[in-house]
Amino acid sequence: MIQQHATWVERLQRREASPYPEIWNILDQVKDPEIPVISLWELGVLCDVSYESGNYVISITPTYSGCPAMETMRSDVISTLAQAGINEVRVRTQLAPAWTTQNLSPAGKAKLQEYGIAPPDPEACGSCGLTPDAGIKCPRCGSLDTQRISEFGSTACKALFQCQQCLEPFDYFKHI
Amino acid sequence: MDSMQNMDLKAATLEYVTRLGDDSVVLGHRISEWTSNGPFLEEDIALSNVALDYIGRARMYYSYAAELADDGRTEDDFAYLRDERAFRNLLINELPRGDFAYTIVRQLFVDVFNSLYLPRLMQSADKTIAAIAAKAIKETQYHLRRSRDWTLRLGDGTEESHQRMQKALDALWGYTHEMFELDALEQQLVEAGVAVDSTALKSAWRDQVAAIVEEATLTCPEDSWAVRGGRIGYHTENLGHLLTEMQFVHRSYPGCRW
Repeated sequence: MIQQHATWVERLQRREASPYPEIWNILDQVKDPEIPVISLWELGVLCDVSYESGNYVISITPTYSGCPAMETMRSDVISTLAQAGINEVRVRTQLAPAWTTQNLSPAGKAKLQEYGIAPPDPEACGSCGLTPDAGIKCPRCGSLDTQRISEFGSTACKALFQCQQCLEPFDYFKHI
Repeated sequence: MDSMQNMDLKAATLEYVTRLGDDSVVLGHRISEWTSNGPFLEEDIALSNVALDYIGRARMYYSYAAELADDGRTEDDFAYLRDERAFRNLLINELPRGDFAYTIVRQLFVDVFNSLYLPRLMQSADKTIAAIAAKAIKETQYHLRRSRDWTLRLGDGTEESHQRMQKALDALWGYTHEMFELDALEQQLVEAGVAVDSTALKSAWRDQVAAIVEEATLTCPEDSWAVRGGRIGYHTENLGHLLTEMQFVHRSYPGCRW
């Protein structure tokens, strides 16, 4: 079941209370460069929109410290707003609060699943909170008979699993 | 170092974050040398991921250093335009990557250290430093689990893997003492609530490392020698070679953009 995490609810409230809904709506077009089905908003990378001395200030937060997609995200934000005729834009990198998979929107998790990436599953992680050895639901066939192949997957935010039922390997979005 | 005692807090913080950035960039570069040289594909990817985490930390520390310096320098100036003697990383980070056992033992030492250091750094009175630590600790938990698993697997593995792990432990042990020493500058920052008192972490580090080493059927070496000097810019010969490779493109094509 998809849970409504407090951090997600807080993000949603910030967006709904924002005086710049049109900016948030335009930014919904900006997708994660590595996972093009999910937007920066759904991923939880887009934190806030403000207006300071003539500029819209878009705050984004990195998922992992070394996420190499940050530069692309930054330029995608600027070019998407420019295409909508908004040129007075600054992108600010915000470190605190640290990004967590609890920032993900419920719709974003469903899109990951559809795309073939198992969304973060804190319950399967147990008390240590780290990626489990097994039991992450296969996004293709739904089986729980799966095994971790590698702690680190194709990007910093993912681990690699294999389904013992349909035998397909799949990415798992790590819970952090 | 007496003159350091009167250093103002901002200048001292700049030096401190530069040290933390140096630790991260040098180790990150070392680990990245495994990219495309890993023993098998998944491990190659894992090491590249860990390297990226460290390089990301370096970028955050150096960006903050540049902000504090406020003299037009950027994160790149800190990484690419300083010479060997200006680097202040702990020596353990600059040692060559060695064989896989050597890389794993170094990671174990550093990961246990970070798992103790970062939660305290999250309490730093400096909000930016605290925020960087809060990001880094999440990654370190994954790093430590991996280096611990490999230590157990290789230590309690074949005769050869056991022997290689023991050799790496013996070779690296003398470089661990430096992690738990404070100079006047860090002492001043500890008193100001900015830096972590790493001397207080030594016994917990030893207990945790010893437990893992013992479970891996290996032996913790005796304290018969210690090497230090990284924090004052005295390095092993390895750092110069690392920087030659790391800084080459940036220095050869100044200001190049693409």
